[in-house]
Amino acid sequence: MPFIPHTEQEIEQMLSVIGLTDIDQLFSEIPEELHSGKLTNVPAGISEMELARVMIARSQQDGHYVNFIGGGMYEHHIPAAVWELTTRGEFYTAYTPYQAEASQGTLQMLYEFQTMMTSLMGMDISNASMYEGASALAEAILAAVRAKKRSRTVLIPRTVSPVYRKVVDTIVRNQNIKVIEIPFSADDGTIDASELDNNEYEGVAAVVIPQPNYFGLLEDVDTLTDRAHNLDAVVIGLVNPTAMSLFKPPGKWGRDGADIAVGEGQPLGIPLSSGGPYMGFMCCKKKYVRQIPGRIVGRTQDANGNPGFTLTLQAREQHIRRSKATSNICTNQGLMVVAATLYLSLLGPVGLRRVAERCHHNTSILLKKLTEIDGVDRGFERPFFHEAVVRLEQPVADVMRAIEAQGIVGGINLSNDYPELGNALLTCATESRTVDEIHGYATHLERIMSRRSQDPPCAEKVTP
Amino acid sequence: MSEIPSELRYTKSHEWIRSMDDGHVEVGITDHAQELLGDMVFVELPEVGNTAHTGDDCAVVESVKAASDIYAPVSGDVVEVNNLLEDNPETVNSDPYGDGWLFRMQPNDESELGELLDAEAYAAVIEAD
Repeated sequence: MPFIPHTEQEIEQMLSVIGLTDIDQLFSEIPEELHSGKLTNVPAGISEMELARVMIARSQQDGHYVNFIGGGMYEHHIPAAVWELTTRGEFYTAYTPYQAEASQGTLQMLYEFQTMMTSLMGMDISNASMYEGASALAEAILAAVRAKKRSRTVLIPRTVSPVYRKVVDTIVRNQNIKVIEIPFSADDGTIDASELDNNEYEGVAAVVIPQPNYFGLLEDVDTLTDRAHNLDAVVIGLVNPTAMSLFKPPGKWGRDGADIAVGEGQPLGIPLSSGGPYMGFMCCKKKYVRQIPGRIVGRTQDANGNPGFTLTLQAREQHIRRSKATSNICTNQGLMVVAATLYLSLLGPVGLRRVAERCHHNTSILLKKLTEIDGVDRGFERPFFHEAVVRLEQPVADVMRAIEAQGIVGGINLSNDYPELGNALLTCATESRTVDEIHGYATHLERIMSRRSQDPPCAEKVTP
Repeated sequence: MSEIPSELRYTKSHEWIRSMDDGHVEVGITDHAQELLGDMVFVELPEVGNTAHTGDDCAVVESVKAASDIYAPVSGDVVEVNNLLEDNPETVNSDPYGDGWLFRMQPNDESELGELLDAEAYAAVIEAD
């Protein structure tokens, strides 16, 4: 769908209808000194051909790397049909339409998305998406605080991604909500459920439980959920959607299941792209449906008894509730949701499970190959899913720089965010990695590690 | 013209207040308010034991058109809520002054009740709207 700007003639016609001669007259009530004037630091326009040349040159500067980075966003294969269909004119907008019910196709797509997400998460309700995983977690916390009016304290384990914890802090800090970080054992890499037995935590609004956690490790979600419910807290499951095709979904955790499930939707058919656009998802038990933000599409019947789709529960949204709305999120990541819906439809439950199994298989090979190297050890002896921590005998940043020179990005250096783990590296091989690529990474790492552990050739050896 | 029982007190924000024999006050929304809001789909009630000051929002009535705050007409503690509304919010439409009551409070200061509107004054408020 091309963007068609107004012609000069159309602009003149419109101005003459309202009795003006110049567009600037529309802004005349803004004082002169507040006008920005000419934009002096923006270069002049260039032709499409020149632009393409610049962009290609810039992208080549980035290089082409074999990617072993995960950490919340993952390089998965995306069937060609997903974006072929998503970019059709009928779907090509980021918004839920203003005149929603006139766009039955978009509403049906969102409805199918909600249906698939509730099924994947074992929950009653799904909204039509959030911006991305981290802000979805923050919104889940706000929803929990609205539901549990008595407390504004929430518990987040340090096994939740540091980026997510920063985003949560940014969003809730000024809303008088206290976030307490729960420690984890550096030997074990997971939350110790007995942390939740602390009497001081009685009556907190919410407890966040990640699965798998940031280190790729599986948390004991059943015990954690039950202990959090013993505190009378809302349980927020933060999950990887791909993983949920293999593991018990949040709605089934412990005695009563988690209350809200959120996460990053990028693994479902959205390419890695410098941090976005991605999309978040949010599901909940029916009890919390009036607390969650965002749009929800419902299925109904029209006046003639034909099935149709409609936006529902709008009374809590900003155009009606204004400052008391459950959130300002009404416009969501509509286009990303279309891609995710198509991805899930094409794969089906069995296909998604095969992707998850293949990812885990590849990461298992990677972990085995890397830990065969002298000076590389497995970080945690715990069950994991498609991502793992290894500890190096040398500083991670130096080793990763050397690996990068070989066209490989080897993982995320955890040294800054988790100094207690030492020289720790978070690494991941999805189904997109081949066995040859994994072997190539191991071979280069072995060479780099052994060379770095030897003395430089010119060093003088001092005998003790 | 909507019904405005003369034995009740009112607020400008369309709550009604009934003084009960045990010293508690019962709070609901007026016939006029329920007519304006339309069919109720959900009522969010305060928690028993909560303390509210005059004008605090302490409940939400949600209709097909809008979600509206209900304000505490006096200061005091919430002593009882109408749990019937959880499953039957439409009772607020069918019987706003009876079974459709929202919550009961123990007022801190009886004299605050004197500051509320009587039926005649409330009728004038609606007229002016």
